[in-house]
Amino acid sequence: MSNDDFKHPATKECCEGRRPARFSRRYFMKQGGVAMVGLNTMPAFLRRAIAATPASGKKQLVVLFQRGAADGLNIVVPFGEQNYYRMRPTIAIPEPRRGGADCAVDLDGFFGLHPSLAALGPLFHKNELAIVHAAGSPDPTRSHFDAQDFMESGTPGLKSTDDGWLNRALETIPEENASPFRAVAMGPNLPRMLRGTAPAIALPDVKQFKVMAQNSSMGQVAAGGFEAMYAQSVDHALRGTGTETFEAIDMLRKADPGKYQPENGADYGKSRLGQSLQQIGQLLKADIGTEVLFVDCGGWDNHVNEGGAQGQLSNLLRDLGQGVAAFRQDMGDRMENIVFVTMSEFGRTAKENGNRGTDHGHANCMFVMGGDVKGGKVYGRWPGLNEGQLNDGRDLALTTDFRSVLGEILRKHNGVKELAPVFPGFENDPRKFTGLIRG
Amino acid sequence: MKQSPSNSATTGAQKRGALSVDPNAVPRNIADDSKRPQRVVEELAMAKMTRAIYSERQLQQVMDDFWFNHFNVYAAKGEDRYYLTSYERDVIAPHALGKFKDLVTDTAKSPAMLFYLDNFLSADPKAAQRLAQERAMRQQHRGGFGRYPRPMPQQNPTAQKKKQARGLNENYGRELMELHTLGVDGGYTQKDVTEVARCFTGWTIENPRENPEFKFDERIHDPDPKLVMGKKIHSGGMKDGEQVIELLVRHPSTAKFISTKLARRFVSDTPPPALVARMTETFKSSDGDIRAVMHTMIYSPEFWTREAYRAKIKTPFEFVASSVRVLGTEVDTPMPLVQWVGRIGEPLYQCQPPTGYSDKADAWVNTGALLNRLNFSLALAGNKVRGSRTDALALFGTQSSADSRQLLDRAVQLFLGGQAAPNTVETLQKQLNDPQVMQAKLDDPVKQVDLAILTGLVLGAPEFQRR
Repeated sequence: MSNDDFKHPATKECCEGRRPARFSRRYFMKQGGVAMVGLNTMPAFLRRAIAATPASGKKQLVVLFQRGAADGLNIVVPFGEQNYYRMRPTIAIPEPRRGGADCAVDLDGFFGLHPSLAALGPLFHKNELAIVHAAGSPDPTRSHFDAQDFMESGTPGLKSTDDGWLNRALETIPEENASPFRAVAMGPNLPRMLRGTAPAIALPDVKQFKVMAQNSSMGQVAAGGFEAMYAQSVDHALRGTGTETFEAIDMLRKADPGKYQPENGADYGKSRLGQSLQQIGQLLKADIGTEVLFVDCGGWDNHVNEGGAQGQLSNLLRDLGQGVAAFRQDMGDRMENIVFVTMSEFGRTAKENGNRGTDHGHANCMFVMGGDVKGGKVYGRWPGLNEGQLNDGRDLALTTDFRSVLGEILRKHNGVKELAPVFPGFENDPRKFTGLIRG
Repeated sequence: MKQSPSNSATTGAQKRGALSVDPNAVPRNIADDSKRPQRVVEELAMAKMTRAIYSERQLQQVMDDFWFNHFNVYAAKGEDRYYLTSYERDVIAPHALGKFKDLVTDTAKSPAMLFYLDNFLSADPKAAQRLAQERAMRQQHRGGFGRYPRPMPQQNPTAQKKKQARGLNENYGRELMELHTLGVDGGYTQKDVTEVARCFTGWTIENPRENPEFKFDERIHDPDPKLVMGKKIHSGGMKDGEQVIELLVRHPSTAKFISTKLARRFVSDTPPPALVARMTETFKSSDGDIRAVMHTMIYSPEFWTREAYRAKIKTPFEFVASSVRVLGTEVDTPMPLVQWVGRIGEPLYQCQPPTGYSDKADAWVNTGALLNRLNFSLALAGNKVRGSRTDALALFGTQSSADSRQLLDRAVQLFLGGQAAPNTVETLQKQLNDPQVMQAKLDDPVKQVDLAILTGLVLGAPEFQRR
C-alpha cells in the first residue's frame, strides 16, 4: 500500500503537513508518523491503539455460502471433457479456443472459468486463487435443507448436532478478551454454522447497529437507559448479553466502519452480495477484532432455464465475480492475513434436464483465495464425466470431502490445533489435505 | 388488562399535530392482494399474530404454537406452504389439548408432514420389481387367446437405476421417533429407524400439486414382516403404520419426553425432576391425555415456586405479542409485527430443521437479538410500527405529570405487574432525570415523546424479557 492510497480526492497533495482524510493504525505503523498528526486531534481509541502493541497479524477467515446448490460444472468448466458437451447440448460453456466473449476463461488447459467470472481469472493466474473441484459432502441427500444443515453443522448425516463447525473452531482457539465482533454473520439471522457456545453477532447492516428512537439524541438517551439497566441487573444471563451488546454498539460506533471507502479502485457493484462484501471489507478495516465472517447468497437453484454463457447463472456469477475481485482489491496488503472460501450444499446433475436447467447433484467446486493460499491450480482428483464415472449415474462424483479443505484452512491458516472437536466423526487426516494452504 | 385508547385521545393527538406519520396509512406492500406464493405464509403468520394478540383463549394459542413447533413443518419447502393452512387448523389445533395419539396419527397422515419429511416418496424398493412381475403374469394369462405368450420382462438392474426406482426414505421414520415421540435417547436403534420407515411405506399424497390428500398406496407398501423395538409388526397394509404409532405413544420414553418438553415450555429450561415425574405418570395413566398432563403441571407446587417465577425468557413471538397486549395497541395490519418477530430471531413458519425452534434461553439471548428487542420496544411505544396504533399517553391516563418517579411506578404497575428489581427502577429513574428527557416534559406536545421513551425503556427492561 502506498501513500497514494491515502490521498483524498480533494487533497491531491501528499500528506506532509496536512492531515490525511482517513487514517488507521496501519498507517501510523507504516509511517511512524505520529508526529505528523496532532495527538490532540486523534480519537481516543486510536491513541490507545498506538500505545498498545502492534497488530498480531491475526488471521481472518471469510466464508461465503451459495445457497441452492450452485452448478459447479458450469462455474469451473471441464472443457477438456468431451462428455461435458454431449451431456449439456444447450447450456454448456464453449471452450476457450473458440474465442469470443461467451467462452470459458482458460485456467489450466482442461478447466476454465465461466465467462462471467472473468474478473477472477487474473487472481488465479497470480496464484492467489485456488479451486478445489469434485469437492463437497459425502452424504447422499439431495434435500437442500438437510444438505445445508449438514454442511453448516459439519457433521454430514447427523441431524442431532446443535451447533456449527465454525463456532466449534472458534472454541478451540480460546481468546481472552475476545472482541464481541470476533465472529460476524452479515444478515439478520445467525446461520447454523455460527451457532454454538462461542459468541457471534448477526449484523444486518453496519450502519444500523444501534439503539434507534425518534431521533438520534433520544436514541442516545434510550441507549443510556438500557445500558445502565442491564449493567445493574441482577439477571445474570441478561446482564451478560446486555453488556456485550452495548460494548459491541459502542465499539462499532467508535470504529465507524461505514466511513471506510473501497480502496485501490475496487467496485463491489450494487448487488446484495456486493454490498455485503463491501461491509465485510469495512469491518475488517475497522480493526475491531473480527476473526471470522460469514455471508450467504441465494438464487443458485436453477432447475429451469439456467442458461449457459448468458442467463440466470451468468447473472449470479457476474455479481459474485465482481464482488470477490473487488474485495481482494479493496483489502490490498491485508489479504496476507485473510482466506476467503466458498461452498455450496451440493452440485447439480451433469446432464441438463428437459427444462434447459439442471437438477440436484452431488460434488461441486470450492474457491479458496488469500495470502496463505497456493493458488493458480485446480486441486482434487478429477473423477471424469464418463457414464461409469458419474455418481448414481447422474452427478459429478465426490473425491474431496469439504471438511478436508476447511480443516486444512483452519489448521494451517487459523492455527486450530485440534480438528477432532470441529469435525467430529471425520478422520481429519492431514495427509489427505489437498495442500492448497502454505505452511 | 388490555385498555383500548379512546377515540378522543387519538383524534386529540392528531389535532395537536403531534404525530407526523399517520398511523392509519398502511403501505401498499403490506396490504397487498397479489397472488405471490409467499403471500400464503405471510397471511398465515398474520393470522397467528392476530390470534395471539386478541384471542380470549390464550392457552389454546400457546398450545397450538407448542405443538406446531413440536411437529414442525418448514413453510418454504416446496408445496408445504400451501399445506400449512389446513395443517394448523385441522391437524394441530383440534387436538392441542386432546389426546397425544391423535396428534401423532393425524400428523402422520397430513400432506404437510408427508411432504416435509419426504415420506410421500418412500416406497418399498422391491415394489417396482413386484409390480413388473404381476403385470407380466397378467399379460401371460391374457396371451392365452392364441397370441404369442409375451416373455417375462428382463430385470435389468442398471436400467432400473436409471429410471430412479423409488426406494425407502427414512426421514420420517427417524424423526417420528427422535423428535415426535421417544426422543433422541428414547432407546431406538438405526435398525429400528429402517423398520419403522418400512412400516410407513405407502403413506403418501394423492397428488401433491392438484389433490393434496392423504392416500395409502398398497402397491408401494412393504408387505414383509418388520421388527420394531423388539415387537413384530406384520398386520399388513395401513395397520403396520398404525401399530407403530400405538407402540410409540404407549412407550414410557414418550411419556417422559413429552412431559419434559411441556414442563420446559411452561416452567423452566431445567424443569424440576419431581414435576416431570408426576406429569409422566399422568401421561401414562391417562393414555396420553394432554389436558390431564397440563392439569397435573398447573396444580403442582413446583409451578408456583419463586424459582419458577419469570424463569423463562420470552420467545420473540411471545415478546412481541405480550408487548402489544400490554400496551393495548390497536392492530390493523399485523405484518410489521410479524417482521419484527423474524428480526428478533423467530421467523414464523420458517424453521428449517424438523426440530423446531429451541425452547431454551440461549437460543434467544444473543447480542443482535437483544438489540432488536430494545429497538422494537422503542418503536412500538413510540407509535412507529406501521399498521399498529399505540397511544402511550392514554395508558397513563390523566396522571401525566412531571414527577418521573410517579410515572415510573405507574409504568412498572402497568407493564411489569408491579414486580421490578429495585436496581432496575433506580437506574431508570436516574436516566429519566437526564436533562434531555426532563426538558421534553416541559413542552406539552412533546410530552408524548417522553412517555414513549419511558414505556420503551420499561418494555426493554430485563424483567419484561421474562415470564
